[in-house]
Amino acid sequence: MEKPLTQNMNPNRKPFSLDEYEQAGGYEAMRLALTSMEPAEIRTLVEKAGLRGRGGAGFSTGRKWGFVPMGPDAPKPKYLTINADEMEPATFKDRVLMEGDPHQLIEGIIITAFTIQAETAYIFIRQCYTEASRRLTKAINETYAKGYLGKNILETGFNLELHLHESAGRYICGEETALLNALEGKRPNPRSKPPFPPVVGLWGKPTITNNVETACNIPHIVKNGAEWYRSLSRVGDGGTKIYGASGKVNTPGAFELPLGTTLREIIEHHAGGMKPGTKLKAILPGGASTGLLTPDHLDVKMDFDSVQAAGSRMGTGTLVAIDEKTCIVGLVLNLVRFFARESCGWCTPCREGLPWVVKLLSAIEHGDGRPEDLEQLKHQIRFIAPGRTFCPLGPGAMDPLKSALHYFEEDFKRHIQEKKCPWT
Amino acid sequence: MLSHEEIEEIQDALSHCEKKRAAGLDALKIVQRHRGWVSDESLKDVAEILDMSPSELDSVATFYSLIFRRPVGRHVILLCDSVSCWVMGYESVYDTLKRKLGIVFGETTKDGRFTLLPHPCLGACDRAPAMMVDNELYGPLDEGLIDQILNSCE
Repeated sequence: MEKPLTQNMNPNRKPFSLDEYEQAGGYEAMRLALTSMEPAEIRTLVEKAGLRGRGGAGFSTGRKWGFVPMGPDAPKPKYLTINADEMEPATFKDRVLMEGDPHQLIEGIIITAFTIQAETAYIFIRQCYTEASRRLTKAINETYAKGYLGKNILETGFNLELHLHESAGRYICGEETALLNALEGKRPNPRSKPPFPPVVGLWGKPTITNNVETACNIPHIVKNGAEWYRSLSRVGDGGTKIYGASGKVNTPGAFELPLGTTLREIIEHHAGGMKPGTKLKAILPGGASTGLLTPDHLDVKMDFDSVQAAGSRMGTGTLVAIDEKTCIVGLVLNLVRFFARESCGWCTPCREGLPWVVKLLSAIEHGDGRPEDLEQLKHQIRFIAPGRTFCPLGPGAMDPLKSALHYFEEDFKRHIQEKKCPWT
Repeated sequence: MLSHEEIEEIQDALSHCEKKRAAGLDALKIVQRHRGWVSDESLKDVAEILDMSPSELDSVATFYSLIFRRPVGRHVILLCDSVSCWVMGYESVYDTLKRKLGIVFGETTKDGRFTLLPHPCLGACDRAPAMMVDNELYGPLDEGLIDQILNSCE
């Protein structure tokens, strides 16, 4: 089984230096792209490869790049921003990629920037990823020294400046337009869309934002082609995926596997199965903003379309295994409380609705819930919905709650009837 | 008054930015690195360098959970309270910290040694429950490891 994204990684040593990375075949794709390919050719190749954005939304990367105005009349300068904010609870795949092989990300950035003809790129990283920041800083310095960043790269006339922007907390900064406001030094609320960033982005100029894992895939597609990339996957979309497993499993971690690996394989095989004395009750498949699944879904393939067909979202692909001794109401309270705290406060459903939901869930969890609270929760799910907010934070918070009420309403009712949490 | 060193570092940050205000967060972090937190006076000084009004810069500063607008202890503990850590026993880690430090979230110990803050997912779900002290990540936590970490902080 090929594992292109993690092939250079070894947890027992430091990541590859630039020289070591090149010896392992690194920067060949960059050379190929910059010296013998046209930007439009690279974009088409990536679209054909079937790479869908790994930040969670799953939009075709090649198509997204296609929204950027190209040619001599295109607005200038253009920007590339790499979203390394990774604050979605339960997600740690981008940390693994940045710490494990920083040059792979940098090579992906150079090729992507060349494809959209951006001459400035930013890696937007969360403050708590201190080790990743240290390793990236070293790798960026090496890349400048080698001449792969800066002016006239490989004497092609292409210039690229790469900056590492270290943030200071707040989940909302990972929302594409909030991230752009943050880079401009504004209060990082999301922006109203349209216009969309590929046309009007950073400083009003065309800007592409790609997730770390997405960018890491680019060199491999350029080097090995679309057919090869599609052959890595078990489903219609291309590539491998960095899956993660945490919660009550024996060996939590991140695993690079073919896209479309089933939940059962990830949990039972790669994550070593459930811890002794625990029984799987629910799965949070891909971060805090994805709906819960149940053991009945173990044979669902983890890819964008299959998980959606099962009623949830693959999201970031890093699952949490929840056992029968864990209280579902408490779990959902934890999730919604996170979103309430991280709401930027710009729009009413999110700012006012989420704390209300936290209050209701907290009352139920602590034995003060009333039967009519369940109706109020369902009302809030309809109220904090897509189309009523500027960004997906609020609606995302409702997905785990909605699924919990769908699969585990009995658990909520027991709290209300017994006037306590039956799981403590 | 900002120190000569702080001003120099802020000027350096400005040289990498397309517009002055874009260096706002970097400048606030520089001040915080030197002083531990950002006072009203420092905020005004930074705003002046950036050609921003103090309230405009404060609207940025107060947005970020890791820019401290109040004094903090010599060591800041960020305890992950998100889902994976919660499933793996965050509550008992919090209880242990409360007991050992005699403070709750948002407080600083009387000797000025520790400030305790909740923080969203540290991206260490494979090492849950986890926390970060200053710039180092620790997990999976148990009482022994917590003792060891606290004792290593002066």
